[in-house]
Amino acid sequence: MENDMSQKYSHIKGWGIDADPENEPTYPMKHYTGDDHRRLDWQRPPQQLENVEVLHSNERPYVSAVFGTPLPPRGLSGVLRRKAFKYSESRFAHWLPLLLADRINVAEGFLDDLRRGHIPNILAERGWNAAWKYNRKGVLARVALGTLLAAGIAAAVLAKRRGK
Amino acid sequence: MLAMNYRGPRRVRVDHKPYPEILHPNDAIVRVTRSCICGSDLHLYHGMVPDTRVGTTFGHEFIGIVEEVGPSVEKLKKGDHVLVPFNIACGACAFCKQGLYGNCHESNPEATAVGGIFGYSHTAGGYDGGQAEYVRVPYADVGPTIIPADMDPDDAVLLTDVVPTGYQAAEMGGIKPGDTVVVFGAGPIGIMAAKCAWLFGAGRVIIIDHLEYRLEFARQYAQCEAYNFRSLEDPVLFLKRETGWLGADVCIDAVGADAAGSALHTITGKKLMLQAGAAIALHWAINSVKKGGILSIVGVYGPTGNLIPIGNVVNKGITIRANQASVKRLLPRLIKHVQDGYIDPKGLITHRMPLEEVADAYHIFSSKLDNCIKTVLIPSSASN
Repeated sequence: MENDMSQKYSHIKGWGIDADPENEPTYPMKHYTGDDHRRLDWQRPPQQLENVEVLHSNERPYVSAVFGTPLPPRGLSGVLRRKAFKYSESRFAHWLPLLLADRINVAEGFLDDLRRGHIPNILAERGWNAAWKYNRKGVLARVALGTLLAAGIAAAVLAKRRGK
Repeated sequence: MLAMNYRGPRRVRVDHKPYPEILHPNDAIVRVTRSCICGSDLHLYHGMVPDTRVGTTFGHEFIGIVEEVGPSVEKLKKGDHVLVPFNIACGACAFCKQGLYGNCHESNPEATAVGGIFGYSHTAGGYDGGQAEYVRVPYADVGPTIIPADMDPDDAVLLTDVVPTGYQAAEMGGIKPGDTVVVFGAGPIGIMAAKCAWLFGAGRVIIIDHLEYRLEFARQYAQCEAYNFRSLEDPVLFLKRETGWLGADVCIDAVGADAAGSALHTITGKKLMLQAGAAIALHWAINSVKKGGILSIVGVYGPTGNLIPIGNVVNKGITIRANQASVKRLLPRLIKHVQDGYIDPKGLITHRMPLEEVADAYHIFSSKLDNCIKTVLIPSSASN
């Protein structure tokens, strides 16, 4: 039967070259080594020096042997991140504060830019050059919508003031 | 050095950042010659991955030239051209020893559910990524692989993630000769999964998406059937009809958290973030696979939870197989497949842009402009 199928699919280069009837669930997932019931007793790689603050999941007893260092927690977002790491990865109390911290961190980043004398070009950062080149109608529609919204809000505010 | 710099959801730019340092005896510093924007980078770009700190450099698909090595590095030397798997793996922990290099326990302090990944938030270890001129590569003796001299760098860079992830998606499907395989998502990973499904002997490969240009690309590149779910009243019903009313033998979710197709999922998952992204593709996949079938998930989701019909998984007896690709395990076979002409990775690349234009590159990829399938970023220092 498989020979018939090879004929049928001869136009597809490589058809069936990796077919493996032994590929039943779990097979490609792991290469069994007998290590399954070991816990944290493998020969650990040398530990990277912790010369910045590293938050670590409370589902592990120590920091992994290597880790990234460029952006340690800081500011208000850092306070939230530290609190989040008191909870396990299984809890919304871990993840939701991290998402909130990310949003606060955006404002912190904006202030950092200003502090360093850099006024961020938000349109360029959002890739509006490309949008203008490839999706001009979309850009114009957004600008028109924004203008309409702004005009609507302004009109409502003016009407309210006149009403007073 | 120049590096991509995340400033907030949908805001990125290129800035000067400090040259990376050797921080561990088995580190290397790699001068990047190519890096890609991955579909999963868009989850970061859209602000959906918790603990994505402002200032992070994304990029987990990159190749380059070794500039410097730590004192314990034995397998690499300055000047080697290497492709670097997206997952950071120690090679020594119980998981790495089982070939689960995507699940290393010694590369990510911040979370136990995921190993370290270059440029993929602090939830994946807090490493800077390869959308930069230089990058720190931990465990240099484990992950980085010398690029064969005859290999095109555009092929090599796609062997860091896209090809292994697409291949493993098909592999986890346990495809038997003649099986009908449905792939949800015609992005680079989905297209590669469809292509690789044939290598495992699939009898029919169907890909589902909503972008016509991607469907047409998939038809040509992966020689598969391709359907637009927007033109189908109900994709699950359509697939039942197409598969003799029983469902597909194997379904592959190659979409993940940014799926389109359901207002409920979009609002709760992407706008309100009450679930870990929009999981409609996964929902369809569960409902489209046959009873006793296999569901392979390589789409990326956040760490909280999603609305999916788990009752149907139980009632249909579906086997779910999922993981981050174990790139190191798969590389020897996949390098050979590329050399033998069974897979043409660089055929996926539609855009090659200078690193300096990273903001435009992200916008084009995220908004699916200019028929974009796959974007490669090239630092100006790549040619030095």
